[in-house]
Amino acid sequence: MPANFVPPSGVEYIRVLPEIILAAVATLIMVLEPLTPAPRKRALGYLALAGFAGALAGAAAAGWRTGPAFSGMLEVDGFATFFRLLVILAGLLVTLVSFPYLRREEAESGEYYALLLYSVAGQTIMVSAADLIVLFIGLEISSIASYVLAGYMRREKLANEAAAKYFLLGSFATAFLLYGIALIYGATGTTRLNGIAQVLSDPRMAPAGILTGTAVALMLVGFAFKISAAPFQVWAPDVYQGAPSPVAAFLAAGPKAAAFAVLLRVFMTAFAPLTGRWLAIMWSLSLLTMIVGNFAALLQTNIKRLLAYSSIAHAGYVLVAVTAHSEEGVQAAMFYLTVYVFMNIGAFAVVAYFSRKGERYVEIEDLAGLGVRQPVLAALFAVILLSLIGVPPTAGFLGKFYIFQAAVKADLLWLTVLGLLNSAVAAYYYLRLIVIMYMKEPGDSLLELPGMAVSTRAALWTSAAAVVVLGLFPALIR
Amino acid sequence: MPTSVAEEYFPVVLQVLVAMAIAGGMIAASALLGHRVRNPVKDQPYECGIQPEGSPRERFSVKFYLVAMIFILLDIETVFLYPWAVVYRELRLFAFFEMLVFVVLILSGFFYIWKKGALAWSMEEKPREKQ
Repeated sequence: MPANFVPPSGVEYIRVLPEIILAAVATLIMVLEPLTPAPRKRALGYLALAGFAGALAGAAAAGWRTGPAFSGMLEVDGFATFFRLLVILAGLLVTLVSFPYLRREEAESGEYYALLLYSVAGQTIMVSAADLIVLFIGLEISSIASYVLAGYMRREKLANEAAAKYFLLGSFATAFLLYGIALIYGATGTTRLNGIAQVLSDPRMAPAGILTGTAVALMLVGFAFKISAAPFQVWAPDVYQGAPSPVAAFLAAGPKAAAFAVLLRVFMTAFAPLTGRWLAIMWSLSLLTMIVGNFAALLQTNIKRLLAYSSIAHAGYVLVAVTAHSEEGVQAAMFYLTVYVFMNIGAFAVVAYFSRKGERYVEIEDLAGLGVRQPVLAALFAVILLSLIGVPPTAGFLGKFYIFQAAVKADLLWLTVLGLLNSAVAAYYYLRLIVIMYMKEPGDSLLELPGMAVSTRAALWTSAAAVVVLGLFPALIR
Repeated sequence: MPTSVAEEYFPVVLQVLVAMAIAGGMIAASALLGHRVRNPVKDQPYECGIQPEGSPRERFSVKFYLVAMIFILLDIETVFLYPWAVVYRELRLFAFFEMLVFVVLILSGFFYIWKKGALAWSMEEKPREKQ
């Protein structure tokens, strides 16, 4: 302990306000959990909702007082605030979708909501980390809660498979990341992101290329797993399929956006001096991810697996923006991730509602006739699917436009062309869903389709509205 | 002064080689020079000189796993308390409140597992609530 230790000042506590609120509410829920009788568990969900709302306000308050916190371990800047708001909002929407889902499955509990809050707290730490150690801790908080959530339906075989796969492969990927961090610390003598950049860019101090190259590669493996980039994507379809639909929505939204934020921050600041070395890897990673995601999605008959592959493909598009390694690329990635979070949660909200108890109806063909029976719901779903394709005037179109614009400006012509071809492929499987919804005769799957609960409805409307509004007024978040 | 990575790590390589040579040499020497007498007593598993009793593949309750895990969690708390006590004087009130937060977090976890029945050893004492 240094003798000149200065306790954090008041403003530094404000900078971590969202984390404090999330962790405090989550712990409160854990304490109240055993005291709450089973029929009243819903109240804990409302508490979680209030926690997310409070954290949103906290993140906004922290955003007004940007700067470092806790001896420079955290850096609360505009970038961090943007992603903090995004992951907290994702948590809030997922909570809304979870209410009726958990009630239907008779699986309401305080732990679910507490884990959701903890996971989001981990993500807010990740996105504001200025030090690799803090980054790692945030990633672990987020991941461990996600592993448990994936296996939440512990009596289901698929859920067990999902949790086990996610946990084992996830821990393995984390080990890669940690090994990379250790090597980069050995090479540069620091874990601070800007400190690393300083050492790497100074030719007199520059460590051996083989050491830093290995470190970058190992860390990239860790991140690529978290964003489900090919060839580290194999876990995603199985996990999304086995996890409860709201959890799948969460996994594809929060942790992914946070991991991308971290990837952007690390590679744009700490590893910026090494751009020449990692650019080719990022290039191939993004192309491979787009191709694997889109072509595998063509073959899927299960909606959750289809959305999982689509989420892989979308990670590929964002990686194109990372490959552009410019200020514009970062902006494009931020916009796309925001849009993606809304599209993804909206799509999974429909699946969560439609699948019925025990998730019986998750095949694509089950959607047949939905356009006739539930015109409003089908229309909202169609808007979201059109945005996933990237049809104007939805936000999905603008997101792709910004990304490929940044790529062209960075002279990535081939990647742009191949990426555009990929999104043409993607149109097929999204349109197929729309065709089945509107042009097929309703089957047995629509018997006894209950009305959509208010909270799911709220989440779905919010997502669809966000997709349209951001498509018309992108300046709102750019 | 070492000038390249290879030179910098040369002592490490040297040490690895020497260690391997010593260990390998000892094994080789005992294999070549020593002579062996085999008898049934020598083939028995050795446990502190005491005669082994029964098979080691015994079943034991899965409850041990839960208790062991909880023990480790609470053990960690103690590990953190020691350095805290050492620097307490320098950090004053800040350290006090930091530790207060930490202990409150640990205790809420403890309260949770207690109420959930993770500490109840026999099945009869398991509190209500079946999930």
